[in-house]
Amino acid sequence: MGTYWSAFLVGGIICTIGQLLMDMTKMTPSHVMSTLVVAGAVLDGIGLYEPLIEFAGAGATVPITSFGNSLVHGAMAEAKDHGLIGIITGIFEVTSAGISSAIIFGFLVALVFKPKG
Amino acid sequence: MKQSTGKKRMDNEKKRKYQQMTMKMRPNPPIISNSIKAFLVGGAISLLGQGIQNIYINYFDFSKEQAGNPTVATLIFISALLTGLGVYDKIGQFAGAGSAVPVTGFANSIASAALEHRSEGIVLGVGGNMFKLAGSVIVFGVVAAFFIALIKTLISLI
Repeated sequence: MGTYWSAFLVGGIICTIGQLLMDMTKMTPSHVMSTLVVAGAVLDGIGLYEPLIEFAGAGATVPITSFGNSLVHGAMAEAKDHGLIGIITGIFEVTSAGISSAIIFGFLVALVFKPKG
Repeated sequence: MKQSTGKKRMDNEKKRKYQQMTMKMRPNPPIISNSIKAFLVGGAISLLGQGIQNIYINYFDFSKEQAGNPTVATLIFISALLTGLGVYDKIGQFAGAGSAVPVTGFANSIASAALEHRSEGIVLGVGGNMFKLAGSVIVFGVVAAFFIALIKTLISLI
């Protein structure tokens, strides 16, 4: 699941797409991030994101697009067991690690450090 | 009173014209060099992620599917720390989307918003502003994922 080269290549390409969206369409970074997350969710919806992870490993799981992919994955896994209500209960299942660690470490950083410049 | 509003209007008109002029004169962003920087830094962060993932697979007995989560958590820890030290923002100035698009950029936006509003207090400042930048990513990700999962589930029921 992914070599160093394919991870570098695919991770770099996804970031380049983000940079091009910023430079060529005058989108703000927030718009670009939201677009990429939705793109990741759509790509997983049509079954294209898993093959990308298979090929690129962290190159596909580290960019923010994988957040959309993981949201769909968690929702679908629960939906298989519990039907439609599973979509709601499962949506954060896979992304829990990312969101909770971002909240916890972000909070601790704000307590420990002083803002710079 | 009348005179002052008239003056104000003229000032506004001047401002608007000036803004139009600066918009025309503003140089286009150096698209190619920005893209190369984004590619190199984004690729490097993904490479680091792959290295961390391999460590979790080889030394901590995670399966290939499970290893993604601790990898993301580790990257977020590193990114939050670098944000606190003021290093991540320097990387961001160089790399643009290269450091914003990876999950480390998501963590950076949370940590920097929390840090920036620290002076307004822990509850209103840190708690209330943490998701100021990252919030839209979560909202649109969740809404999109909900509808996609809904469509897929409904299709599978038919």
